[in-house]
Amino acid sequence: MSTSQRDLVLIMAREFSSRLATAAFLVDPDDNLIYFNEAAERVLGYAFQEGRVIGAADWMHAIVTLGDDGEPLPVHERPLGIALGQQVPTHRSVNIATPAGDVRRIEVTAFPLLAHADECVGAMSIFWEPSEAS
Amino acid sequence: MDVRIWGCRGSIATPGPDTIRHGGNTSCVEVRAGNGHVIVLDAGTGARPLGVDLVGDPPERIDLLLTHLHVDHLEGLGAFAPIWSPQTELHIWGPPSPVASLDERIAYYFSPPLFPVHLSQVPARVAFHDAPLRGADLGAFHVEAQTILHPGPTVGYRIEADGRVLAYLTDHEPALAADLDGVSPEWISGHAIADGADLLIHDCQYDEEEYPSHIGWGHSSTRQVATFARRAGVERLLLYHHDPMHGDDRLDTMGARVRELWSVDAERCGSAAEGMRVSL
Repeated sequence: MSTSQRDLVLIMAREFSSRLATAAFLVDPDDNLIYFNEAAERVLGYAFQEGRVIGAADWMHAIVTLGDDGEPLPVHERPLGIALGQQVPTHRSVNIATPAGDVRRIEVTAFPLLAHADECVGAMSIFWEPSEAS
Repeated sequence: MDVRIWGCRGSIATPGPDTIRHGGNTSCVEVRAGNGHVIVLDAGTGARPLGVDLVGDPPERIDLLLTHLHVDHLEGLGAFAPIWSPQTELHIWGPPSPVASLDERIAYYFSPPLFPVHLSQVPARVAFHDAPLRGADLGAFHVEAQTILHPGPTVGYRIEADGRVLAYLTDHEPALAADLDGVSPEWISGHAIADGADLLIHDCQYDEEEYPSHIGWGHSSTRQVATFARRAGVERLLLYHHDPMHGDDRLDTMGARVRELWSVDAERCGSAAEGMRVSL
């Protein structure tokens, strides 16, 4: 085909997450951040720009995921890393250092987006601060 | 590439005095290459008269590309004369499903008690294939399929031959998952199928007043298809999958509305009608 096209699963995941009040990230198979919703904008500190893809290194630099020891988690231990790498859903509590310099405790659920049994087209994570849920 | 419409009605066959000009048969389009290779798009009731036509000069091979398995796209298969000939080599392509194979899903309809003969008993030499999501060369044609927005596994097809492109997106509701005017093309369902096509055959089941009460049914409105065609930059558009409640005059009005919204003339946009032929 003459142009690239997001898989239908990603298109629907974007539409779904755009309507959530819970912060949501959508990444492609290479861990590039291809969409985040308005609730996630509050964490990132800037708005989603249509057509802009944020490379994996860039968004992981903007939001640093920390383990309980305060050290950055390796990619394969982060929820989205597990969802992409192992292609299984995962949930865990982590700390994140935001671009504003805050460190927050959040709950993260991430899951792979399998368009077909053998084709992972990306992953989605939703995250919230425990105080939001209470 | 020659394109001939054998059925353009949606949902259920609708013969009668109100549908004489556009026809009442459900989805079926014949696509023929210069070397005689035949592709059939969907097997609605339009497949019956197409089959009669093919029997007179049977092609060696027929590729039937199903967009999905809703009954208005499948109900003509049993009346498609070539399947009753052992000389026919029929390749049926359809959307992959994680639940059952294509032949198993077609056999839900094509077997007792819904049909007197089981699919496995037809005389033609039939082979089943998942729609070519990564592209396939079928004789003179290059065909690419892509999953599109419609309830259940559904694909659209992009068919290329001799540098010309036909895009077939019947049963498609891209507006359900995107603001068609606001998002990048890569986020619009079906955009890559239609991009720059010489002819786009696209769902236009509802007018703007009807659509709000049919959101999620998997079909598009006049305004949506006008926007989609403009974003895809197609040369020509045929409005397709006519609502069974829409008579000829209503379809004329809808065609005029799409032309108005897209700012094109009748050479570039009109309603599909049975018997219509387009050479690309």
